[in-house]
Amino acid sequence: MTAVPATASSTATVVCAYDRLTPELGVAALVGGEQVAIFRLADGSVHAVQNLDPFSGASVMSRGITGSRGDVPTIASPIYKQVFSLLDGTCLVTMDKSPKDGQAPDLVVYPVTLDNGQVIIDLAGSE
Amino acid sequence: MTTEHIVVVGGGMVAHRFTEALRARDTAGRYSVEVLAEEPRAPYDRVALTSYFQLKSPDELQLGDPALWHDPLVTLHRDTRATGVDRDRRIVRVDGGREVAYDHLVLATGSYAWAPPTPGADLPGVFMYRTVDDVAALRGWVEERRAALGRPVRGAVIGGGLLGLEAAGALQSLGAVSTVIQFADRLMNLQVDEGGGEALKRLIERMGVTVRCNTATQEIRAGKDGHVGSLLFADGGEQLVDVVVFATGVRPRDELGATAGLEIGARGGVVVDDTCLTADPAVSAIGEVACIQGACLGLIAPGNTMAEIAVDRLLGGSSTFPGADMATKLKLLGVDVASFGDAFATTPGALEMVYADPVNGVYKKLVLTDDATTLLGGVLVGDASAYASLRPMVGAALPGDPAAWILPEGSVEKGEIELPDSAGVCSCNNVSAGAIRDAVNHDGCHDLGAVKACTKAGTSCGSCLPLVKKIMGTELEKSGIEVSNALCEHFALSRTQLFNAIKVAEVTTFSEVIERFGTGRGCDICKPTVGSILASLYNAHVLGDDRAALQDTNDRVMANMQKDGTYSVVPRVPGGEILPEHLILIGQIAQDYGLYTKITGGQRIDLFGARLEQLPSIWKRLVDAGMESGHAYGKSLRTVKSCVGSTWCRYGVQDSVGMAIALELRYRGLRSPHKLKLGVSGCARECAEARGKDVGVIATDKGWNVYVGGNGGFTPVHAQLLVEDVPDDQVFQVIDRYLMYYIRTADRLQRTAPWQQEHEGGLDRIREIVVEDSLGLGAELDAHMARHIDSYEDEWKAVLNDPVRLQQFTSFVNAPDQADPTLAYVEQRGQRRPATPEERAGGAVLIAPSTLEVRS
Ligand SMILES: Cc1cc2nc3c(=O)[nH]c(=O)nc-3n(C[C@H](O)[C@H](O)[C@H](O)COP(=O)(O)OP(=O)(O)OC[C@H]3O[C@@H](n4cnc5c(N)ncnc54)[C@H](O)[C@@H]3O)c2cc1C
Ligand code: SF4
Repeated sequence: MTAVPATASSTATVVCAYDRLTPELGVAALVGGEQVAIFRLADGSVHAVQNLDPFSGASVMSRGITGSRGDVPTIASPIYKQVFSLLDGTCLVTMDKSPKDGQAPDLVVYPVTLDNGQVIIDLAGSE
Repeated sequence: MTTEHIVVVGGGMVAHRFTEALRARDTAGRYSVEVLAEEPRAPYDRVALTSYFQLKSPDELQLGDPALWHDPLVTLHRDTRATGVDRDRRIVRVDGGREVAYDHLVLATGSYAWAPPTPGADLPGVFMYRTVDDVAALRGWVEERRAALGRPVRGAVIGGGLLGLEAAGALQSLGAVSTVIQFADRLMNLQVDEGGGEALKRLIERMGVTVRCNTATQEIRAGKDGHVGSLLFADGGEQLVDVVVFATGVRPRDELGATAGLEIGARGGVVVDDTCLTADPAVSAIGEVACIQGACLGLIAPGNTMAEIAVDRLLGGSSTFPGADMATKLKLLGVDVASFGDAFATTPGALEMVYADPVNGVYKKLVLTDDATTLLGGVLVGDASAYASLRPMVGAALPGDPAAWILPEGSVEKGEIELPDSAGVCSCNNVSAGAIRDAVNHDGCHDLGAVKACTKAGTSCGSCLPLVKKIMGTELEKSGIEVSNALCEHFALSRTQLFNAIKVAEVTTFSEVIERFGTGRGCDICKPTVGSILASLYNAHVLGDDRAALQDTNDRVMANMQKDGTYSVVPRVPGGEILPEHLILIGQIAQDYGLYTKITGGQRIDLFGARLEQLPSIWKRLVDAGMESGHAYGKSLRTVKSCVGSTWCRYGVQDSVGMAIALELRYRGLRSPHKLKLGVSGCARECAEARGKDVGVIATDKGWNVYVGGNGGFTPVHAQLLVEDVPDDQVFQVIDRYLMYYIRTADRLQRTAPWQQEHEGGLDRIREIVVEDSLGLGAELDAHMARHIDSYEDEWKAVLNDPVRLQQFTSFVNAPDQADPTLAYVEQRGQRRPATPEERAGGAVLIAPSTLEVRS
């Protein structure tokens, strides 16, 4: 396993360089054993949510399509097409399905900070 | 409650409808049904009898869901003829003397084919045209005679009505030359007038059928071998024949009713009242055997109506027979013929308005009231596209200039028609314009799917769908509900409009498209749609520029995502022909990566369970060995399935594999609104099941037949004939144009079958556009396809050469050599499959995917 560099805070992790992110194309990262999906949008903002898709149980959110509903930036599951807010993780469109047993319908959102051209995710700050 | 027992005599189309409707509506199980059928098979689609010659097995003619006959409350006896009815004891006697008791008896014995008494009518080689056994015997005879004589078989059909022309078409399709002998002065004298008959004759003769009107057949004479040899006519003429088919009309099979003492009509038929009951309240008669309102009706629609009425009455309903609509629309030998309402202008003072174009074989006539406003009826020969709109208008005022309906398209502006509520729109399921309006206004059906589900309109043959769509649109508009074709909240345009906008503006990136034609950032609906349009228009790489982010799940990484987030890999195997070394390579890759392997329905091999980061190395091995992407992941051409064809098969008449490979290489990589599959069969036996594909190509002695629209998804449909007996280059040209026209005009995710059904004017109009080039679009469609073919590149090969795009195929941006730790598999039948949640929870032995990987 590749060593994950640690930063000052014990829970905040440097994931990659900002330039490594392609606009509107997500990537997955392993942060302290958790899978995180990270998106750089066309406006330059970066968002991070859980990579686990609660409706299929597969770790695939990073491979979904980004978009918007009204003013809210969104990510759609690549498996059954549920749509979630990238701002607070709320499931906006359930496609008439329920999440897998033991899963909440909404996604966990992780705070992202940019420092010196690096993308930093803080697991402890999740909501 | 005890069940009452219904006995139905006759196992024809109407008996089927009766049984089906009873079982659907009698939910309480009040009645049990026993069907006595003389024919050796379950009820079949007699109307489609002529298609028997194109089918592999008579089973394809079966009506409805065969599960009906396994319903515990339904019993079907085949090969069982009823010989008598004892109404006092309520008993039916069957062959062999067995007796069957009934509480209610339904006579549905239909008609038999009638032939005028003619000397020689019993010679070998003389046939009737009513049952599957008749047509099977006819086919056997023609094939046998052709082999014995070593020349084309000479056929004659006696009777120039609807059935006679069908039979003549059947003889032709069997490779016989045929002559139609008509006693009356014109063809189809019961449906069309003199002018129509003339146009019809010209069109039919153009198909190579000889027509002899005003001719009475006096005698059929035997040849030297004792088989039928010649026809002798009343005017002294004579004609040599090897096979004769009688199509001189039908007579009701009313003998059971007659011997049971029930009233019989003047021209035959068991007399019933408007509720389909005979004078005996325990006996009904339905279908062609019933004499209702003074006549026996030889069409299926009134028969089905009677079946529904009988069922309704048995369940306590109060429906009555509304009178029959004898309107007909047919395609005989590829010629459209329609007749409706007062076709012969018998109404006092009626006016006839006629348009005739002898060169193109078109004849159209409207019958109008003396003030030339109200439509009374009409005849359409050669072009019956106005039939669907006109038939329901009988009895109503035609808006605008009536001539607009018969003059060539565009010469006079047509008035907007507003159908009366009572007008029938869907004749298969008896749905009126009013019922459709109700569904829209009161049941909240605001799209075609909802209207279809709610009213059943357009769910059988589908020919009324353009009209249903139009009525729905008008109602929605009236009630102020905007008919929204908008793709999603980001684009107010429909897919077709957006396609044209992008084409005209020549924009090539999503950011330009949304800036010019949309709002916001896009979403999972419009992004893949735009991605697909850009790919169809410019054929540039799906992952190029800003396009990777547009692609749906599968296209985005050029592989099919499975339920656990891993992918399947499918290399192209054009036409299903594969080199042994490629088979070995695929097997080797599957072993090395521990992939689950399965043969697909499209004659290629699917490798499941590859992780995102494994895709490039797998594809590198495939590409290095000369294989390429199979586009199994795209809304694009998937496969062209083929049978082995004339190179090996004893029956093949053309090289179906060669044709399939040519088609697959021609259209590979073509992005479209939905996935596309083609099929090619080397002869009429159709082993490739090509008519179940978007485009099916079937070999004939003279070339190829091309069928289109055989992809209905949830509702399977057979592909319909687009062109017949065409050579290779024309096969390519019509398919080029058909596909391109579909790609340009279909809705998002609309398959070819519904697109074709909902297209204004249906397949006939599409044929005009792509075959006859009526819109002058042909050259443009050809050029567009030529561009596609020229610019094709293997998507996977291109990605393997591009380090930037390869970056996407990474498991974790900060741990690229780590596999997704949540994947878990168990073994099944010697291969692996994803573990179920129970298996994970129960701690079953899980196979970590990385342990299976030997090389990478
Ligand atoms: C080639 C062809 C093309 C046609 N095309 C069209 C068309 O385009 N449009 C249209 O509307 N109509 C068409 N028709 C007519 C249509 O097929 C009939 O109207 C329809 O089949 C009538 O249904 P039915 O159940 O009343 O009779 P049938 O379908 O004739 O069924 C009656 C059944 O009862 C059986 N039977 C009779 N007597 C007994 C007995 N004593 N005991 C047991 N069984 C018995 C018969 O063997 C038969 O199977 C066509 C017919 C043919 C032959
Ligand atoms: S369809 Fe093909 S395989 Fe089947 S019999 Fe004809 S040529 Fe042979």
